[in-house]
Amino acid sequence: MRTPYLIARRLVQFMVLMLFFGTAHWGWELAGAPLLRGDLSASDFAGVVPMADPFATLQLFLTGHLLATRVVVGAALVLLFYGLLGGRVFCSWVCPINPVTDLAAWTRRRLGIEGRMMHLSRTLRFWLLGLGLGLSALSGVAAFEWISPIGMLHRAVIFGAGAGWIAIVGIFLFDLLFVPHGWCGHLCPLGAFYSLVGRVAQVRIGFDAKTCTHCGECTIICPEPHVLNLKRAAEAGMVASGDCTNCGRCIPVCPEGTLSFAWRGQCEPAPPAPPAAPAGRNQ
Amino acid sequence: MAGAERSRRDFFQRLARGAGGAVLGGSVWAYLLQEQAHATPFALRPPGALDEEDFLATCIKCGQCVVDCPYDTLDLAKVGDPVPIGTPHFVPRTTPCFMCPDIPCVKACPTGALDPGLTDIAQAEMGIAVLVDHENCLSWRGLRCEICHRDCPLTNTAITVEPHPRKLSKHAVFVPVVHSDACTGCGVCEKSCPLPEPAIKVLPPALAKGKLGEHYRFGWTTENAITQEFDPAEVAPEDIGSRLQESMDYLNEGLTP
Repeated sequence: MRTPYLIARRLVQFMVLMLFFGTAHWGWELAGAPLLRGDLSASDFAGVVPMADPFATLQLFLTGHLLATRVVVGAALVLLFYGLLGGRVFCSWVCPINPVTDLAAWTRRRLGIEGRMMHLSRTLRFWLLGLGLGLSALSGVAAFEWISPIGMLHRAVIFGAGAGWIAIVGIFLFDLLFVPHGWCGHLCPLGAFYSLVGRVAQVRIGFDAKTCTHCGECTIICPEPHVLNLKRAAEAGMVASGDCTNCGRCIPVCPEGTLSFAWRGQCEPAPPAPPAAPAGRNQ
Repeated sequence: MAGAERSRRDFFQRLARGAGGAVLGGSVWAYLLQEQAHATPFALRPPGALDEEDFLATCIKCGQCVVDCPYDTLDLAKVGDPVPIGTPHFVPRTTPCFMCPDIPCVKACPTGALDPGLTDIAQAEMGIAVLVDHENCLSWRGLRCEICHRDCPLTNTAITVEPHPRKLSKHAVFVPVVHSDACTGCGVCEKSCPLPEPAIKVLPPALAKGKLGEHYRFGWTTENAITQEFDPAEVAPEDIGSRLQESMDYLNEGLTP
């Protein structure tokens, strides 16, 4: 099987939404408490473990309001979780927009749509992250949460859909026709936030420089191909960039088995290349 | 030197482009937020909700209050609803708040947008019922409807029935009167009004209430009397009998032929 992680990701994405939906509509419980109450902005697991979107919580905080302990603890727990498992692992394993943009990328490949209608920098999302935080402080409301298509989508699934689908279709078309990986790879401030978390995250894609043949298969499938800078990967022994979403797509496509999930501590930088042999002595 | 000049020019160009983009993008973004925040002044919030501005700032749109509401009263505003996106609200005519004594929605809120200090549901201020349409209210039309009064969870406190003279008729009408200090805005009255369109509607407190000028004094009520030391017993004239007669004479002056 060539796509084990893809199937696992779809299962996790579906199950997370299903747990929210089942708790909201069918009264799923664990030990007498709602199983997973809320949505991806903030939730409560079995009435014991609070969780909260750390970026959303930061925006609320910047509006100048003192927040209740539960949301702060929840945000800290989620931050710790993604700090351990890889920052943007949220993007590829949990976020409900991911199947939408993956579908756009898949359709692009199937229809042979190439190129882009405009150039967007991949650092734009970090500027939007800063702008979102600044606007939260200035406007007095959580700026990104109020326009977030991620929020629109998971609320639509869990609590019922309004006109929010239009935004989702918009993102699909933007990714399909305008800029490949346009939303997740260039614009999304939440992805940018988790990208910063990913810089210190513990689970990474390990890179074994000894076996790599530089065939480039991994960069073709990767939604953030700049993270697979093979020179840097060889130096670090892993994909070090926080932009990597740990989606695992590169792992099964690599014919040499060079890439695999690994703990940051396990990844060993490749030994420095041996001095080049003098010319004229090649066997 | 020329290279340094070019890179400096390049730097300032990029700076200007970035600043321009931020101002443009930020303005559009801020405009969207403003539009959303003022989507409607009519949204009714769950019990314990902070003042609208603070509520909008602290609500994380998680819907935990919605999940824990046993009557499915609450709903998160959807895109296109006339209520700021993703915030919990309720429409009394569809499902009012039934004022659970344990207030599960407030307990479910993780951020404090619903004030955990609210422990007595009768102190909630979700809105204020207003009998907006006297022309169609059956009680005002002279029928003994009063369904809103009887269904009110705080009946005889939040809604009383008061007699009101009926033009030249010897009979009075009996009309429901809402007392804003006791009304929680639960909306049961609006739900129970038998008209096709309710004559009594719940409005957010900010819309329902007027405000009295602080300089106002009602001279005819004792607590507002300007002469604070005035005590009728002390200054009553001793010869009050003759003064009474005097005043009677004054009133009867000119009556005798």
